Amino acid sequence: MEINSPYEHHDYDVLVIGAGGAGLRAVIEAKQQGLKVGLITKSLLGKAHTVMAEGGMAAAMGNVYPEDNWMVHFRDTMRGGKMLNNYRMAELHAKEAPDRVLELEQWGALFDRTKDGKILQRDFGGHRYARLAHVGDRTGLELIRTLQQKVVSMGTDVFMECKVLRLVHDQDGKVAGCVAYWRATGEFVTFSARSVILATGGVGKSWKFTSNSWEGTGDGHAMALWAGAELIDMECIQFHPTGMVWPLSVRGILVTEGVRGDGGILKNSDGERFMFKYVADMFRAETAESPEEADRWYDDHTAGRRPPELLPRDEVARAINSEVKAGRGSPHGGVYLDIASRRTPEFIRRRLPSMYHQFMELAGVDITREMMEIGPTCHYIMGGVKVDADTAATAVPGLFAAGEVAGGMHGANRLGGNSLSDLIVFGRRAGMGAAEYVQGGNGATGFNLDEVEAAVKEALEPFERETGENPYDIQRDLQEMMQANVGIIRTGSEIDEAIKQLEVFEERVSNIKVKGGRQYNPGWNLATDLPSMITVSKCTARGAQQRKESRGGHTREDFPKADPEFGKINFAHSMPNSTGWKSEITTVESPLLTLPEELKALLEEGK
Amino acid sequence: MSDVTMRVWRGDANGGQFEDYTVTQQEGEVVLDVIHRIQATDAPDLACRWNCKAGKCGSCAAEINGKPRLMCMTRMDQLPEGPVTITPMKTFPIIRDLVTDVSFNYAQAEKVPALLPPPMPADGYRMFQQDVERGQEFRKCIECFMCQDVCHVIRDHEDNKQYYAGPRFFIRYAELEMHPLDTNDRRDLIREEMGLGYCNITKCCTEVCPEHIKITDNAIIPLKERVVDAQYDPVAWLGRKIRRKTKRSAEEAAVQPAP
Repeated sequence: MEINSPYEHHDYDVLVIGAGGAGLRAVIEAKQQGLKVGLITKSLLGKAHTVMAEGGMAAAMGNVYPEDNWMVHFRDTMRGGKMLNNYRMAELHAKEAPDRVLELEQWGALFDRTKDGKILQRDFGGHRYARLAHVGDRTGLELIRTLQQKVVSMGTDVFMECKVLRLVHDQDGKVAGCVAYWRATGEFVTFSARSVILATGGVGKSWKFTSNSWEGTGDGHAMALWAGAELIDMECIQFHPTGMVWPLSVRGILVTEGVRGDGGILKNSDGERFMFKYVADMFRAETAESPEEADRWYDDHTAGRRPPELLPRDEVARAINSEVKAGRGSPHGGVYLDIASRRTPEFIRRRLPSMYHQFMELAGVDITREMMEIGPTCHYIMGGVKVDADTAATAVPGLFAAGEVAGGMHGANRLGGNSLSDLIVFGRRAGMGAAEYVQGGNGATGFNLDEVEAAVKEALEPFERETGENPYDIQRDLQEMMQANVGIIRTGSEIDEAIKQLEVFEERVSNIKVKGGRQYNPGWNLATDLPSMITVSKCTARGAQQRKESRGGHTREDFPKADPEFGKINFAHSMPNSTGWKSEITTVESPLLTLPEELKALLEEGK
Repeated sequence: MSDVTMRVWRGDANGGQFEDYTVTQQEGEVVLDVIHRIQATDAPDLACRWNCKAGKCGSCAAEINGKPRLMCMTRMDQLPEGPVTITPMKTFPIIRDLVTDVSFNYAQAEKVPALLPPPMPADGYRMFQQDVERGQEFRKCIECFMCQDVCHVIRDHEDNKQYYAGPRFFIRYAELEMHPLDTNDRRDLIREEMGLGYCNITKCCTEVCPEHIKITDNAIIPLKERVVDAQYDPVAWLGRKIRRKTKRSAEEAAVQPAP
């Protein structure tokens, strides 16, 4: 194809954006199908957020419990997702994950082993059987390194530290590539392609307290929406109730529930053990009434009822949220988690060795002597680009999506361990889907240079303004605003406020002034991230406003129960007349896929 | 808390200088927190790499008071009194400020002949924990490239880069050579083209490894023994003459049919 791009230009059959687990797996598949594949990442290769995953990847291999199989895994996933899942994704995931894990060993992965030499599997919340293949607590690193080494050995073109700004269409509206810039030089670069796979990960960076790295700015979510695809379930975000909020060096690090299980209690700024005030009626019978009764439980579960600190995640989060909003929070917007005054230093070091060392090493916080300052922390978005389960195709011809950027697999709530297996199952399927699309002769035939020029012009505007705002100020304010109004516990009036505020943020982003030049300029890079962050936040706020119920990763203070009617629909966002990132977003109800009878029967079993 | 002066190298391939930023220290901060604060206020164009900020991705390596460290794992309150000097890794060409061109390492990665296992049985390979543990130690590597930065073979001798893979890749080769399933033979390559012999075991790499991998003792020394045995042991030499394994290129070795 003859394309007169004014910039450095490359051409591929399949272009993959994002080099975490899903993107890398997609590359392998598309290359094995004999196609010319390019891979773009905004960081260095091997640094994607996938490295942070610790627990493992869920696959019903039955190495530890032979009675495990895909049907049980499917059921666990659907129940965990509060039945909001795309059932077909959950089905394919459960069926294919074992093969995807096994093939990693052909490429060099070294999992922990069972006594008879098979891949060892560990227990995790929500999974009926021990089914997480793992390598100690660094399974994500093993996954990304294995796939990275495979991709490199296949001789792949990798464009590192290359930030994609916009997708580009052809004259028929098919996705035809993208426009990007090199971080090292600030020079623009265009990519034409018969098909594009988005594997850009999550959105957590729009919240103040998050476990996500700087990369989690929702680029893929936003670019898909701008390009004509639909986003679903954007209100469904996993928050962990106890992430560190202070000191800065450990902000975002999640504090395991084990601390509370071992005697840790939650206190407000008055020193009050406040959880006793927040025991809902439905838990009253099984929860201790007094600190004395609760404290007896730790040593002997028959001597007292459970401490209220061990109520379900959302109950604990709601209580923390209420204390902070009532002005009884810690200086940095959380509450205190205290195990130091409750257990001996020897006990704490023995029971929580890695936490003790991590906080000691990184922050000088001695959890055997001091309280921790914790609060709800954004971790993972279940929502994302609406895709066809089998091919990962989006509503826009030529555009595919896999991994955290895709929606549907996890429904309203993701089980631990299902994200790594999601990456390899649907990364491969996206590679297959894109290859089939290209080989069928469906690929884009043009490349709209007007879209390129519009994106370039917008990217350069922050340099041309005489005056304007520092992008870091806008990011900080956005994070504070989203944390306060569309955080773990939501209520109608606050969501409305967020939607109003986001309009103001949109204007502020249009008035950014960037200091310095184009060469590796993080301020400029942030300026190009902010439109994505605003767009994604808008979709989350709109979904949260309309889902007037509580379900999985979406909790409404004003609608605390699940409503079966809302269990039948996703909220789907689109930008029907997109002329730029500030175009109007439309949100509609989109019915869930109908479960086939045989799968419905599976879900009924063992209820 | 008191003020501290951060003396940060600013510049690019054409040169640069130190710039001082005075910041108020806050409790429990690491160097990267302070760099972020400088970016958010005084110098939004201060270039540094970082991703996870939890010591797991290896992006934020720099030289703090002259020593290679991860900025996200270096606490401010454990540095000596006085200005804190931050410079980019010396072994790699400067892109800008604290960001260096680490493409040398990615080029080395491309030269590694991939794992070549026998065909996989339907229900997967059998390997035992004690056999995978040796490789697992090396696979803890987060590719911060500080071992490469500190290795004097290339730190002080730019020319050597064309003959030398460096500690990060010696542990990669060791991992593959010790892999229970591998059938590829990389010994000649390691000796002739990867420059294993240049390493004279000063253990600087082991000292800076944030993952505490025993690079010298567990990878380089055993690898040297293996390579030397292959070269000079007459029985092994004869065996190789008679039944010489063919060396495969990385690309050839990697092409395995999908299961």
